[in-house]
Amino acid sequence: MVRFVVRRLISMVLVLFAISVLTFLIFQAIPNGDPAVRMAGRLATPEQVELIRESWGFNDPLWQQYLTTMEKILSGDVISYTQQLNVMDQIKQALPATLSLAIGAGIIWLFFGVVFGLFSAIKAGRFTDRALTVLALVGVSTPVFLLGAVALYFLAFKLTIFPNGGYVPLTEDPIDWLYHMILPWAVLSVLFIGVYSRILRSNVLDTMSEDYVRTARAKGLSEKRVMVRHVLRNSMIPIISLWSLDFAAVLGGGAILTESVFNLHGVGQYAADAIQQLDVPPVLVVVMLGASAVVVLSALTDVLFAFLDPRIRLTG
Amino acid sequence: MAIDPATPDTTGSGAIRTASGDSPVAAEPGGGAPSAGIGPYRLALRRLRRNKVALAFGALFVLIVVLCFCAPLYADHVAHTGPNDNHVTDTVTVGGEEKDVVSVSGLPIGPTWQGRFLLGADQNGRDLAVRLLYGGRNSLEVGFVATFITMILATIVGLAAGFYRGVVDGVLARILDLIWAYPVVLLGIALGTSLALGGISIGPIELSGNSLLVPAVIIGVVYIPYVAKPIRGQVLGLREKEFVDAARVQGASSLRIMTREILPNIASTLVVFLPLIVANAILLEAALSYLGAGIQPPNPSWGTMISDGIRLIPSAIHLTFVPGAMLVLAVLGINVFGDGVRDALDPRARVKIDAKGQEKFREDPMEIAVEH
Repeated sequence: MVRFVVRRLISMVLVLFAISVLTFLIFQAIPNGDPAVRMAGRLATPEQVELIRESWGFNDPLWQQYLTTMEKILSGDVISYTQQLNVMDQIKQALPATLSLAIGAGIIWLFFGVVFGLFSAIKAGRFTDRALTVLALVGVSTPVFLLGAVALYFLAFKLTIFPNGGYVPLTEDPIDWLYHMILPWAVLSVLFIGVYSRILRSNVLDTMSEDYVRTARAKGLSEKRVMVRHVLRNSMIPIISLWSLDFAAVLGGGAILTESVFNLHGVGQYAADAIQQLDVPPVLVVVMLGASAVVVLSALTDVLFAFLDPRIRLTG
Repeated sequence: MAIDPATPDTTGSGAIRTASGDSPVAAEPGGGAPSAGIGPYRLALRRLRRNKVALAFGALFVLIVVLCFCAPLYADHVAHTGPNDNHVTDTVTVGGEEKDVVSVSGLPIGPTWQGRFLLGADQNGRDLAVRLLYGGRNSLEVGFVATFITMILATIVGLAAGFYRGVVDGVLARILDLIWAYPVVLLGIALGTSLALGGISIGPIELSGNSLLVPAVIIGVVYIPYVAKPIRGQVLGLREKEFVDAARVQGASSLRIMTREILPNIASTLVVFLPLIVANAILLEAALSYLGAGIQPPNPSWGTMISDGIRLIPSAIHLTFVPGAMLVLAVLGINVFGDGVRDALDPRARVKIDAKGQEKFREDPMEIAVEH
């Protein structure tokens, strides 16, 4: 067990390192992407541009720029190009909104994905199954920003049931926080519910044809007990691993579209705004953060599964 | 190996055998004993033909594709305007009444249901229906080219990694893991932002920043791991099969074994992935364009049109609804059709999961949808 954890942690650190290099290269090694020219503005003289280049270290060799950037990120004093604000502070401010979105939506989509998927599998081939399949496919075919905008138009503007976007901190007013989060949660969940219910359906159908399920039935267990204790339990493993990845992605600013549509001022929207201004450091940090969240949570899930199921330790 | 090779084995000549009990032929409920001469693809096609819903949605997608590729015809002969022509100060006659295309307060006209401005105009006085078709053409082109890139590269990478194993596999699998660790939209916008500025120059190929191919290449690369990883898993299993040994004993080269023996056996996986990647590529293009990291204005695309429209909510909702509905219909069409194809090729929809945690993540074709 200890060996497994250590091995998994080492590979995690290696992947994180590779991610930071790749992300850095995406932004730094591009032609014509010279940030100094953009920072200096249109009327700048070449000397001014050169000065900026010198003071921000854009003339250093690439590996040195990488080291400086990483040092700044790890020590927490990266400065954005356009607003010249500390990126880490900005992200810290944006984190509560993103956290609220991820946790709430994560619970909703896991719950409904499992309920619909299980229901669909039990009724496989019948009308309920077909209807749920079509609904799931509509869910995965609708862009989240379109769904969000349309929901805002009807529910916030026309019927004024919900507020028109924005985020209220939980510590400030829990009721208002909930009121503002319901629409974003629902909209972000739709896509995932579609995906998860389809996967769970096929997992459940698979598991139901396993020998141990037949054994469980043969020894006289009730259908409900067979479904919950034997079928659902085993069908949930891939769903949980997938959930941890998607949850990590949302946490790391991956819900950039939902956050922008609902104006939540979360981590993702911070990145989206930075993109509009071609401000590299915030995008760099958020992309690294998102990828790191995925890597860390996937490692944690692996360790958890290895703890629960000894077979994984042997093969992994 | 995570994927149960429910796909049939092949004899050396590429003809598909149906010996394995897991093959689609044996799983066919009404098919009875596998009869000689009917391959699994014939059977799949027969099953697909019975699935009227899937066929109807497939036809819807084809119809949208045809309409969009006829955009110039519509622009020249019906609307008499181009996708980027401004008519801010023009007027249009609706029911015998002169109306401004864009009102004094800046509100564009809604649907007129006639040749000019059939679906209304946008805030620049551009004909929405013309832009819808041209935008659809761009979105679809990006989706198709991206899918082409994904499928070709993923097949090569998956084949090489699974077949050669060892160092090749080690390096390729790590690269795939790396791309895969990024949330799709974040990687897309990171690449989109940087490349929209400078374009791409790889050797002789040079693309300028506003070329349609830039988002296509980005989307194509982003989805490679989602296809290459399952293929690699399948190839790892296939290379141990007797027919591969037989080919090797006959003196076949590695390249020949890969293309003539293994490739036909992963073909059904590729067929299942094809519509899924097209659907997701179109969605990702829309997402990137919405964030300004995809197709660059004034080029229309469904994503950029929705993004423009959302800025004018609530005053001109048709600017969001029209491209939005078209996008959802197109993607839904290909998704339902793809679902039917998967069912037809593999009626039990089997993607077997084993106990090994890290291998099974997102190897189910359904798990690609990650645009949020």
